[in-house]
Amino acid sequence: MSVISSHKDTEALTLTIVAEFDAAVERVWRVWEDPRRLERWWGPPTWPATFERHDFAVGGRCAYFMTGPDGERARGWWRITAIDAPHRLEFDDGFADDAGEPVADMPVIHCAVSLEPNGSGTRMTTLSRFDSLDQLEKLIEMGMEEGLTLAEGQIDALLAEG
Amino acid sequence: MYNHVVVSQFTDDEIDRIFHALADATRRDIVTRVLRQEESISQLARRYDMSFAAVQKHVAVLAGAALVVKQRNGREQLVHGNPEVLRKAARLLDEYERVWRRRADAIADILSEEDT
Repeated sequence: MSVISSHKDTEALTLTIVAEFDAAVERVWRVWEDPRRLERWWGPPTWPATFERHDFAVGGRCAYFMTGPDGERARGWWRITAIDAPHRLEFDDGFADDAGEPVADMPVIHCAVSLEPNGSGTRMTTLSRFDSLDQLEKLIEMGMEEGLTLAEGQIDALLAEG
Repeated sequence: MYNHVVVSQFTDDEIDRIFHALADATRRDIVTRVLRQEESISQLARRYDMSFAAVQKHVAVLAGAALVVKQRNGREQLVHGNPEVLRKAARLLDEYERVWRRRADAIADILSEEDT
């Protein structure tokens, strides 16, 4: 299990996840920086992600889509708001239309990632912040409908694998 | 899915009051604010460039729908978000936590494959 702790702030609507990896900071940074590595973990196994654009610089845009079991596509965008390689990355993540343009009134997640050396490994902290409870609810509802979030049994299976 | 779970906990009357309360933009904004931080009615009145009485009315509608709770503290009326709603937030954040646990495990897999 990679996640060692999590913290939820129900008033500020933030989720902080701390995970530890047995790899140097530079290598963990590459799973964010390299779109080919990034798309191997960003989407769930049933909805793998493809990054068509990955401008990994402050102000840069990324465009991706996730492909569902029946070939349907869910599009998303990132806007990178801060980078300090290989330690810090901040970006906004939202829903895009078929043209890859951000969809108004759809949830946007503000995400801040930090990587610190931890012995010979790396500690990764991700903080996700939502603008409103409505947005958080909408995100989860859509995730459930499209099967983007895993079902309980799938999680247990993952946990059992260790 | 969540809708069904949440809605079934309320009566039709309660649902009507909630929808009426949230049909107004100022009231939606008040709920969002006091969910994050407790505020007095006079503080809210300053934010919206509205009379104390007008804000008090909005708060009364929200309190009627149990979306906020009023508490008297000396001369001030403090307004804060309903804990029930906060519990809902906790439940939704739990769901989102699963997304990140899955991602962290997938990153670990990629890193260990690179090792070999």
